[in-house]
Amino acid sequence: MRYKTEKVDTLIKGRSLWADGWRRLRKRKFAMLCFVIVLAYFALAAAVYLDEFLKSRFAAQGYTGLRMFNWSQTVGPSYQPPMEKYAWTPDNAQAPQAGWALLGTDFLGQSTWRKMVYGAKTSMTVAICASIISLMIGVPLGALAGYFRGKVDDLVVWLYTTLDTIPYILLVMAFAVVLRNKTIFGWEIRGITAVYLAIGLTSWVSICRLIRGEVLKRKESEYVLAARAIGCSNSRIIFRHLLPNMFHIVIINLSLQFMAFIHAEVILSFLGLGESDRPSWGSMIDAARTELARNVWWEMAAATAAIFIISLALNIFGDALRDCLDPKLRTD
Amino acid sequence: MTAYLIRRLLYMVPIVIGVLLATFVLFKVVGGDISQQIAGKNADLETIAEVRHEYGFDKPLFAGLTPLAGDDWQAARQDYTAAIKNERQVRAESENRSVLPISAFDLDLKAQRKWLGDLFRQRLNAHQFGGALEMITLDSQFSDHFKHALTFNFGRALDREKISDKILLGVGPSLSLTIPMFIGTLVVSISMALLVAFLRGTVWDYTIVILCIIGLSIPYLSFIIFGQYFFAYKMDWFPIFYSPDKPMIHSIILPALIGIAAGLGGSLRFYRTVMLDEIRSDYVRTAFAKGLTTRKVLFKHVLKNAMIPIVTNVVLSIPFLVLGSLLLERFFGIPGIGYLMIEAINARDFFVLNALTFMMALLIAVFTLLTDICYAWVDPRVTFD
Repeated sequence: MRYKTEKVDTLIKGRSLWADGWRRLRKRKFAMLCFVIVLAYFALAAAVYLDEFLKSRFAAQGYTGLRMFNWSQTVGPSYQPPMEKYAWTPDNAQAPQAGWALLGTDFLGQSTWRKMVYGAKTSMTVAICASIISLMIGVPLGALAGYFRGKVDDLVVWLYTTLDTIPYILLVMAFAVVLRNKTIFGWEIRGITAVYLAIGLTSWVSICRLIRGEVLKRKESEYVLAARAIGCSNSRIIFRHLLPNMFHIVIINLSLQFMAFIHAEVILSFLGLGESDRPSWGSMIDAARTELARNVWWEMAAATAAIFIISLALNIFGDALRDCLDPKLRTD
Repeated sequence: MTAYLIRRLLYMVPIVIGVLLATFVLFKVVGGDISQQIAGKNADLETIAEVRHEYGFDKPLFAGLTPLAGDDWQAARQDYTAAIKNERQVRAESENRSVLPISAFDLDLKAQRKWLGDLFRQRLNAHQFGGALEMITLDSQFSDHFKHALTFNFGRALDREKISDKILLGVGPSLSLTIPMFIGTLVVSISMALLVAFLRGTVWDYTIVILCIIGLSIPYLSFIIFGQYFFAYKMDWFPIFYSPDKPMIHSIILPALIGIAAGLGGSLRFYRTVMLDEIRSDYVRTAFAKGLTTRKVLFKHVLKNAMIPIVTNVVLSIPFLVLGSLLLERFFGIPGIGYLMIEAINARDFFVLNALTFMMALLIAVFTLLTDICYAWVDPRVTFD
């Protein structure tokens, strides 16, 4: 008898959407590998931040940071630093070799590998901050527009149609070039801050449109009616009932947007609108224009590989995530 | 139909206004007065004043005050400049810091603003409301921004050339690069998508999907740099740079091929989804059941039904052809719109960026309208409600 009730209990207890999705995702070994790769990039970026923090905190105790993160140091056995700061000779670039420079060095004698690692921090920072900004704008606006309709809806739709009418690349560049080195309300915008502000402030349109459409669809569903019947306030319905049920859409959209953000950062850095005095993948690729003519190919190869691997991982993981969390969206 | 057209045209009005507001906030409010940058570091007061006047920075942002005919600024200048200096001195002392440096020009400007404010207040206090009202002007940067954009009079760029000429000159080279690129990508990706849709579930399908994802993941820049280095520099099959003496086609082939290769991943993926959606539908099964050949089903049935997303995509892409390819034009030195954009960014030329943004947005708004009309043309199910 006791056995029977236990069985009934386990049968009744359902799995949540997330547990269900995770169970399905775990079965896909390749997607999980991609997930681990993405996490590794995040961890690397976090480690660089931690190292910088420790360096500033424990400088007095003689902590100079991990060697791997010290990109500005020149490496090489017979390397002589140039007399002037910016004088470089092509001979300083070392080809990849076993031992001290697995990925070679650039003209200044700085290790390509260390620059690549530091570039992960730049790119991840930009992508994460841009994601946060675009979510903070897009999700509430979309939810409010879809839920209240009327004037609010008109305003939000007008806002995103306007932004959508301007070509994305032109808009991002305009934001980046205008915000660069500007002081707004006493806050000085420098380096990558302008980049992620530009990307974030222009990329909320797609998520906003998605959320608005989804809220419109679900506004009349049973669980919202039930919530309204027991007297939930509008804000409670939106933020405790509707949005949590649409969170997977946000996550799926974000995993694909994230890649676009990384690529946008690369292009902006390349155009000279990004980080100017610290390495980023975009500036590494930019350097290739002068380097390739002297057969220095490894810096570009390293930066391309770094971008390629995270993009591929995000792409495959994003697709798998979509299939697992929302089988209805499956395309094939 | 006419009513629908008119309604759609009217719908463009708020969007154009929105774009103008957005560019105003970006370039005029946030971007600010860049006359000092234009005139150069060592420019004297008169040059800066000239520049400010030419680019309209001497006008207020939204609305402001102007002196009337009888008001003499030169007479009041000495007193007001001294007053401003004194004010700054007093404030610095109360905050216990030294006086911040200010250029003579800014000082003059502040003094003049104070003088105008005082005049306005005097007139109000003396109940000369007519005179006070007459001082208020709406001739501002805001009104200029709208006026210039709507009359397509964008003035001159920082290098003294007319912006409209620059844009018109750039359209040709941009189009001669992007049109072959666009048609190439379209033809290759649609035919491959049909093929893949037919071969769905086989090894070929998976291979192409994986290749698409790989193509999508490689940064655009790497495609260009590698292509230019390998095919033009190393193998010497194509010219590295655009040269105006040779025929256009000469310097277009390589960038167009690179553009096709780089864009194929995304576009093939899109069209594959479109085709798969169609090939799963019932009418395809019926067609096969009737005993039609594969070719007939694919070209007569599937392709025709897939026309709606394809046409939408094609029409919506046309304005972007005018925009050119920023990176390709930069690398191959093609003097198109993309090149103009890069030049404007390097020179921080907000005027060119502003004009480009507005013109492109207008073009896109028009083509969005055309798409809706095309919808009705291709799909008889669409009605004009």
